[in-house]
Amino acid sequence: MHFAFTDDQKMFRDTVREVLQRECAPEVVRATWEGRPEGVRAVWGTLAETGVIGMTASEDAGGMAMSELDLVLPLEETGYAALPGPIVDTVAVGIPLLEAAGTDAQKERWLGPAVVGEARIVVSFEDQAVVPHAASADVLIAQRGGAAYCIPVAEVSVSPEQSVDRARELGRVAFEVGAQYRMREDVDAAALFALGRERAALATAAQLIGISRRMLDMAVQYAKDREQFGKPIGAQQAIKHRLANALIEQEFARPPVYRAAWSVATSARDAGIDVSLAKIYAGQAARFVAKEALQVHGAIGYTIECDLHMWMKRAWALAAAHGDAAYHRERVGRHIL
Amino acid sequence: MDLNFTDSENAFRRECRSWLEANVPRESLPSGDTKEGFALHLQWEHTLFEAGWAAVSWPKQYGGREATLFEWLIFEEEYYRVGAPSRVTQNGIFLLAPTLFEFGTDDQKERILRPMARGDVSWGQAWSEPNAGSDLASLKSTASRVEGGWRLNGQKTWSTRAVFCDMAYGLFRTDPEQARHRGLTYFLFPLHAEGVTVRGVDRLDGDEGFAEIFLEDVFVSDADIIGEVNQGWQVTMATTSSERGLSLRSPGRFMATAARLIDLYHRYRDRSDPVLRDEVIQAWMDAQVYRWFTFQTVTRMTQGESIGPDSSMNKVFWSEMDVRTHETALAIIGEALELDEGSDGAVDGGHWMKGFQFALAGPIYAGTNEIQRNIIAERVLGLPRK
Ligand SMILES: Cc1cc2nc3c(=O)[nH]c(=O)nc-3n(C[C@H](O)[C@H](O)[C@H](O)COP(=O)(O)OP(=O)(O)OC[C@H]3O[C@@H](n4cnc5c(N)ncnc54)[C@H](O)[C@@H]3O)c2cc1C
Repeated sequence: MHFAFTDDQKMFRDTVREVLQRECAPEVVRATWEGRPEGVRAVWGTLAETGVIGMTASEDAGGMAMSELDLVLPLEETGYAALPGPIVDTVAVGIPLLEAAGTDAQKERWLGPAVVGEARIVVSFEDQAVVPHAASADVLIAQRGGAAYCIPVAEVSVSPEQSVDRARELGRVAFEVGAQYRMREDVDAAALFALGRERAALATAAQLIGISRRMLDMAVQYAKDREQFGKPIGAQQAIKHRLANALIEQEFARPPVYRAAWSVATSARDAGIDVSLAKIYAGQAARFVAKEALQVHGAIGYTIECDLHMWMKRAWALAAAHGDAAYHRERVGRHIL
Repeated sequence: MDLNFTDSENAFRRECRSWLEANVPRESLPSGDTKEGFALHLQWEHTLFEAGWAAVSWPKQYGGREATLFEWLIFEEEYYRVGAPSRVTQNGIFLLAPTLFEFGTDDQKERILRPMARGDVSWGQAWSEPNAGSDLASLKSTASRVEGGWRLNGQKTWSTRAVFCDMAYGLFRTDPEQARHRGLTYFLFPLHAEGVTVRGVDRLDGDEGFAEIFLEDVFVSDADIIGEVNQGWQVTMATTSSERGLSLRSPGRFMATAARLIDLYHRYRDRSDPVLRDEVIQAWMDAQVYRWFTFQTVTRMTQGESIGPDSSMNKVFWSEMDVRTHETALAIIGEALELDEGSDGAVDGGHWMKGFQFALAGPIYAGTNEIQRNIIAERVLGLPRK
């Protein structure tokens, strides 16, 4: 038993952290809110150069053939930065799906560009009509009627939907379910998409940890800076205890996320249950930290001017995405009861 | 990262399991917080020691097996899984011993550890005083220098099972000139000596699990000091993380409680509703998460990191989880929850109500959860003290 990341994994996380700190400041997230996603385009390019975008791709495809275990810490950083864009879809789900189920022609066309950051992949699971970042992506991988399809976004009809988190740029997708888009038929598409769902839930949980950490950092900083009654509000025990509770929620959400990453990476037995725990705890922590962080900020936190709102809204959206707590709790319940 | 147990860890688990299954008493013992039950528990401790299971992580020379921390956690999981008796020696083995390993002299370790683990000499903790609870550093009991040693005076309270114990350890003020944390010394002292009066106090659950200790000119020698004179606070704090975290409350205990809760849920399924079902699932998940949190902590420790104030998060988590789990059990039992031990209709012998009452103490002992939250806010998050 050894429950820790390697030095390499931590170093890679630090690199990603630095890139995002430099290139994905809150103004960049805010610009996406206001319909100016250019900054995010630039970050995406740097992340590709750093190797993050191609992490899960095979070495033949120019990637690093890395697993979920390597991926969770960088993804946590993307949550910390509230990076807009389909990084979960592209890196955690899309590239592995494309490699496993893409025809030679599909791989030829999309895999290389995806790895170098020139093509962004979004994924639509069966029954999932609304897809974040669909309009600005390049290729859609979708499951319909059990089968797998790979469609250039140019040939998909995407009608915008408004997310409470404007940086998620939701789009309702529709396309002609035609043979020309079919992915390989000699693979078990159902199993691959089922695994894709686990990966999406896990990756989202990892981002949620980063989102919690950012909101808590903001709240702690604010509690040190803001003075009332002649002293920092953070000297008041009521504030201290809220923030202590937030930290406990956040720190106890980590081990289930990291464990699930290991379980998916090693195809451990009951990996899906581990993913459910990860998603439940990470979602719960993020929602809790959001509430506490808002309370600590007072009225300024209740504005769009204060950056906090972008993380809160991301937290709410992601806590419910890829299976909310009720969905995952039910899955755990069926397993243990 | 490798979340599989190694072959040798698995072999260790099998060895624990087979010994425990063969040796754990079939009938559960009466409460270890009663005179009769305490004696029976000590007999069990003796059996454990003879087979080398009393303190698995200790060096062999003191009767341990030099088990790794992970093996110790495995032992605990197996121990609670089979429903073995609670450890009445815990204040010695899990709380005093770590201090001795860190600060004790060879002579002290030689004298104290084996008899402690055999259940021959049992130990109580004597920190709290009537006017020094959370604010322990304000304690007033004194130790004054005399020919060949010291004389202890004062009053200690809430000392768990001290009325059945032989010895106790605690802090005494050795330099009255110095304020608070300074001027305190860590002493070991006898409970059946001249000048000592121990009075049992019944706890919430009715057992005589607490004691007050009155000390009047009780003699102790220099050999009964742990660490340096006037350094008692540092000695105490260095090992408080044992109490808040790992050694007092390893995950095995809570996993076993969660497993028993699931069993209860199945037996009373007709009484259940979706809310209770969710609570049962939550209880199971919390125990799992606590287990993995602990594995993460233990990995850090094996890599030489010190855990420090992080152990406060542990303490809040396990204590509040334990309360919730027992509340859920009582909600499943319903009306029959009031039927106490000894009543015919009592569900599982009234065990859940007793467990609930004890769980309620979790947020109080080992540093109240308010104090833990202060520590987390100030020392982990760096918020201003005032
Ligand atoms: C089951 C059990 C076993 C115990 N066993 C032992 C033992 O073996 N040996 C021993 O020495 N002691 C033992 N204790 C005592 C325990 O250590 C004390 O109860 C504890 O330290 C709290 O002290 P107190 O009870 O005096 O409460 P107080 O310190 O008086 O606190 C009362 C309330 O005020 C709150 N409070 C106090 N200060 C602050 C603050 N600064 N900020 C916010 N809130 C605050 C507390 O959190 C608590 O809610 C045991 C207690 C229990 C319940």
